[in-house]
Amino acid sequence: MNLTLSLAWRNLWRHKRRTWLTVVAMIFSNVLLVFMISIQFGSYQMMIDNTLATFSGHVQIQHVGYNENPKIRNSIPTILPLSEQLRSVLPKAHIAARASVFALVSSEKRSLGIQIIGVQPAFEARVSTLPGLLQEGRFLKEMNADEIVIGSTLARNLKVSLGDELTLLGSGRDGSFAAGVVIVSGIFASGSNDLDRSLAEVPLGYFQETFAMRNQGHTIVIAVDGLDQVAATLSVAREQINGQSQLVALDWNQLQPGLRQAIQADLTSAWFMYGILIILVAFSVLNTQLMSVLERTREFGVITALGVKPRKLASLVMLEAVLMALIGLVIGLVLGWMLAYYLSINGFSYPGMEQMGEKFNLPGVIYPSVSLLSMLLGPGLVFLFCILASIYPSLRLFRLQPVEAMRAV
Amino acid sequence: MPAATGLPLGAMIQLAWRNLWRNHRRTLIMLIAIIIGVWAMIFMTALMRGMVDQMLKDGIQSLPGMVQIHNSEYRDDPSIENSLEAPGAELLSALNSPLVFGWSSRVRVPAMISSEQGSRGVILVGIDPIAELSLGFDAGSINQGRFLEDAGDKGLIIGHKLLQRLETRLGKRVAVMSQDPDNNVADRGFRIVGVYKASLESQEEQFIYAGRDIVQALLKIGTQVSEIAINGEDYRDVAALQQLISATAPAGAEVLPWMELNSYLSMMLGMMDGVVLVWIIVIFLALSFGLANTLMMAVFERIREIGLMQALGMRPASILYQILVESLLLLLLGLLLGNLLAIATILPLRDGIDVSAVAKGMELMGAGSTLYPALKIRDLVTANVVVIILGLLTSLLPAWRASRYRPVEAIAKT
Repeated sequence: MNLTLSLAWRNLWRHKRRTWLTVVAMIFSNVLLVFMISIQFGSYQMMIDNTLATFSGHVQIQHVGYNENPKIRNSIPTILPLSEQLRSVLPKAHIAARASVFALVSSEKRSLGIQIIGVQPAFEARVSTLPGLLQEGRFLKEMNADEIVIGSTLARNLKVSLGDELTLLGSGRDGSFAAGVVIVSGIFASGSNDLDRSLAEVPLGYFQETFAMRNQGHTIVIAVDGLDQVAATLSVAREQINGQSQLVALDWNQLQPGLRQAIQADLTSAWFMYGILIILVAFSVLNTQLMSVLERTREFGVITALGVKPRKLASLVMLEAVLMALIGLVIGLVLGWMLAYYLSINGFSYPGMEQMGEKFNLPGVIYPSVSLLSMLLGPGLVFLFCILASIYPSLRLFRLQPVEAMRAV
Repeated sequence: MPAATGLPLGAMIQLAWRNLWRNHRRTLIMLIAIIIGVWAMIFMTALMRGMVDQMLKDGIQSLPGMVQIHNSEYRDDPSIENSLEAPGAELLSALNSPLVFGWSSRVRVPAMISSEQGSRGVILVGIDPIAELSLGFDAGSINQGRFLEDAGDKGLIIGHKLLQRLETRLGKRVAVMSQDPDNNVADRGFRIVGVYKASLESQEEQFIYAGRDIVQALLKIGTQVSEIAINGEDYRDVAALQQLISATAPAGAEVLPWMELNSYLSMMLGMMDGVVLVWIIVIFLALSFGLANTLMMAVFERIREIGLMQALGMRPASILYQILVESLLLLLLGLLLGNLLAIATILPLRDGIDVSAVAKGMELMGAGSTLYPALKIRDLVTANVVVIILGLLTSLLPAWRASRYRPVEAIAKT
């Protein structure tokens, strides 16, 4: 061990209790930060994945303006060839075409206005979890069959069950009157009340025929395996629609602006709290280091009189702070990691979380994300601010006058 | 307390005050930390309370009625079939009780609204406008045109966002389509006489309002209604009101408080007290280490002095009190300044903080795009009490240690 290091280490333990109290303050905030940040990251990840996987996908191609104003006239011409073309250039992504219209659905007993989606039976299950959440019956099979899959709440409200007929009434793309009769082939239960109450899917071919869409559709949904692939996929998709100025490719941020903004709002308030916590710990370090410098005024006076440069003393004091902060970092990190790791296996929940979760597409139990970033971010910042807080006490040493200092009490 | 110390209280406070400033740097740093901590406790709590208050206000406004009566099937299946008879004599007498501050009956059914440009699914609410105003409907939210005049008003009120979606405007006619109990299509043209603005866009898209008598005639349901909404004095305490109404409600009806109708909001409200307390305690804990440290150092520096005082006959309890008074003075000063700072930052923000940059995200949480901090006396008291009580508990250890020194050893210590 080099001399300065061992000197710093020993100085640290001259006031055992004071050093430990400061270190415990660091450990406290480190554990808290690791816990909170890993839970936040875990829940954001789940929120994004669940929301996008349910229906919207990561990237969509639409007619310009359709996202803000989903009108039947804002459609993509020859949608199926374009989807095929995308499939050939994006072999890893999952791609499905859709069309959508607002229409009145009537059973024998009830009529309700809902969103009808035309989907490609062969591809829809790859971009959306809804086909996999069937409670009864089966998903759509053929492109042109007169079948419909509806949400469970909708089925209850319409008082229909599998095999019953439903009448669709609405307007076609050309403004004509559109009507059709379909048979309920499946009922899904997604867990989201909104979707289960207001969504129905029919085969795209049947949709195009009924609503006078010819070969058009409204969205091409692209789902990828991870958020990291979104940017690359988006740029490939943009290249493919380059010549067609009426089309745009949108990523999940534009499709679901609420998602990113909810995360932003949550992050902002969380960082305000974390900031306060970190500042308070830094103040604790500032106090400790300042005391430790002031009480050694005499000692430092003697040392400088013996010819030691103030720079050397300042770096000794900084080294003490670094050692102290390191102890806090290591212990805090280990304890925090243990807590987060335990929860990432066993899950974390609190009363009221289910209602809260439903609103954000989250399950009732959260699994924290244990990653290098979620573990190191909080303790790293605490470490940094503790070092920053020690700068002022160290700088005081440059103003030390040996003769006066030696006389100090 | 002074009796046990042997020192008059005034002298003790003066002594503590001077001791506190012997090392002014240390005291100042701790004081600033306490001020920041107390400020953060109060400021953040006010923001959180403000957000939940606003959510409640919006939530309760979109569905006014602290207690509501529905057909017991209605919640699961909100269709016209599951209606209620208009209030009978027994219920009417209960509605005249002093516990009831206002009530209104509504027809509320899913419907489809169509302009020349498009159609949307909405919820058609047939209301008695005068009763709704007594229930707290905010007529100021109508920013174009007028509110309905009576239950027989033939006009229609729609949300601002819906107006845009349908590409129509005030004074235009739209068609509204729903179904009567025999499943026949019931439709009617309405003229848009008013446009309202809500803090949540989803509300503006969802609800359209028409005169109750007109809707009843359209749906051929006589005097039946979908829900009866009743307001009492305080939305937080509706048990008595619910009991009164339950006792007189007709058979087959379900009487529920708003907490059960909107479990997300009531969960948020219920969770707030816990969240506020946790936040205050976390901040305090972060402070407590520094506080203990500061006092410990103060004691350590004065070991000789303390030993001398003991040798001169000062009792240990007196020394303990002395340190506690020092800590109390520090805490009180920090609290005073922290509270003032918090109030000084919250007051200028009374008119709301614009968070429209993340409006869509706030909407996902059920909150509007302006945040109004709400400073509650209760939270202020909680923060101050927690800091004083826990602060004194934290100081107990260094104070107790100071009182336990043996005079001879203490004096001999360098």
